[in-house]
Amino acid sequence: MGAYFKELFSGTKSLFVGLQITFGQMLKPLVTQQYPYETSTMTPRFRGHIELIPKEDGTNKCIVCGMCMRSCPSGCITVAGEKREGVKGKVLTKYRLDFTKCSLCGMCVESCRPGAITFSKDYNLASTRKEDYIFDLLKRLEEKAK
Amino acid sequence: MSHPLPLNNQDNQESFVLNLGPQHPATHGVLRVKLTMDGEYIMHAEPVLGYIHRMHEKMGENRTWAQFMPNTGRMDYLSALSFNHGYAALVERAMGIEVPERAEYLRVITVELNRISSHLVWFGAFILDLGGFSPLLYAFDDREHILDLLESVTGSRLTYCYFRFGGLYNDIDENFVDGTREFIKTMRERLPMYHNLVTKNIILIKRLKDIGPIPKETIRKYGATGPVARGSGVDYDIRRNEPYSIYPEFDFDIPVYTECDSMARYMVRMDEIEQSMRIIEQALDKLPEGPVMAPKVPKILKPPKGDYYQAVESARGSLGMRAVSDGTNKAYRLKLRSPTFSNLSLFSEVSEGMLLPDALALMGSLDLVIPEIDR
Repeated sequence: MGAYFKELFSGTKSLFVGLQITFGQMLKPLVTQQYPYETSTMTPRFRGHIELIPKEDGTNKCIVCGMCMRSCPSGCITVAGEKREGVKGKVLTKYRLDFTKCSLCGMCVESCRPGAITFSKDYNLASTRKEDYIFDLLKRLEEKAK
Repeated sequence: MSHPLPLNNQDNQESFVLNLGPQHPATHGVLRVKLTMDGEYIMHAEPVLGYIHRMHEKMGENRTWAQFMPNTGRMDYLSALSFNHGYAALVERAMGIEVPERAEYLRVITVELNRISSHLVWFGAFILDLGGFSPLLYAFDDREHILDLLESVTGSRLTYCYFRFGGLYNDIDENFVDGTREFIKTMRERLPMYHNLVTKNIILIKRLKDIGPIPKETIRKYGATGPVARGSGVDYDIRRNEPYSIYPEFDFDIPVYTECDSMARYMVRMDEIEQSMRIIEQALDKLPEGPVMAPKVPKILKPPKGDYYQAVESARGSLGMRAVSDGTNKAYRLKLRSPTFSNLSLFSEVSEGMLLPDALALMGSLDLVIPEIDR
């Protein structure tokens, strides 16, 4: 009988202690970020989808070696290049990224010897169409240069 | 113990089949449990798996060793770095790659941070299963700090792909050490609050104490590991029993409770948060300077012919990875022994004769992550 009342007392007390903590939290500052009214800045290492790094003249550093294409576990990168007169090496003509398959592992960025690609900081990519996730990175670079 | 057959009216009693899941908040994903019920009591429970099976083991056989790395982060989405660690250590063992000391320290720090964040999610979700909502919000507030820290280093928030064979993807930034110390300080202040709010709460005690006892023999029979085993008095932790990485250099306790009930498993995880913080503190104090990547790691990995095994302690228990190499750049066979698969398999035996809400408390205390069970 004594144990019963003891439990009744300690149990009721525990509920009030819980309530005290909950009410105490009401006086603490807010921690919720009101997205989309506020957005947080992405850290420098944030991994968005990849993009080409522009050189000073707006072109890219890609040498069309195809290492990114081969290292990609999901095969989401397609690159193509051609020989042009007066230019040493190959010139990039197509850089297609199928972001629907990408898992942002970073193998392509790691394997890129000339350092032509990097992670973008884009994260607002919601869409209802699959085509919106297939990026033409060369076109993206040109638009960025404008 | 004889199992009553499903839909077998024993003693002329009416029984019925209740489908728990595959979309049910308490099953934390797509786990389906076929329950044969006698009123509120469970006569027989049969977990049905495979709803999120993605053939990760088979995928390991048809891509190169390095290309399988992103997959490891997608099995156990709550402690992805443990899986990263297991696979990286396995291939390093096969190739005989020495990992620089700084990389090993950073691996331990990030894995232990990940373990705390995993336990915080479990804490919130478990109390949510039992009907309490607010602890989840507190837990996610603290977890947010860990995710921010890990994001600043690894670049992702949940499905990390940070470890590489022979080291790490990149070194930590200057804010990481201070941020981690700051987090540990705030977490030390928050833990007593968790205990006051939840652990000492009479409702939680009534729901968990002496509920869902898992005897030591059952643990051994099903090969359950991790906090589930340690809550039943089985003193087993890979970090101490089969040391890997630089865990032997740290001084930490392995919490073991002998009560075998859901409360014991709850307490093991709460104590593990404290122990993980101890490990992180020691690692931060000792953190050496140096490279984070081993020199001369071959670009194309071809481990010598053989059979390799590496076990690590994930947040849920012993994670075993076994690779058979035939000397080519792809694995001949990759076997993943996931801890929750074994932990779940004892549910059928233990839940027999239990009340349905108690069985859900038991299931919550097992800390199930379904993508890891199905792989």
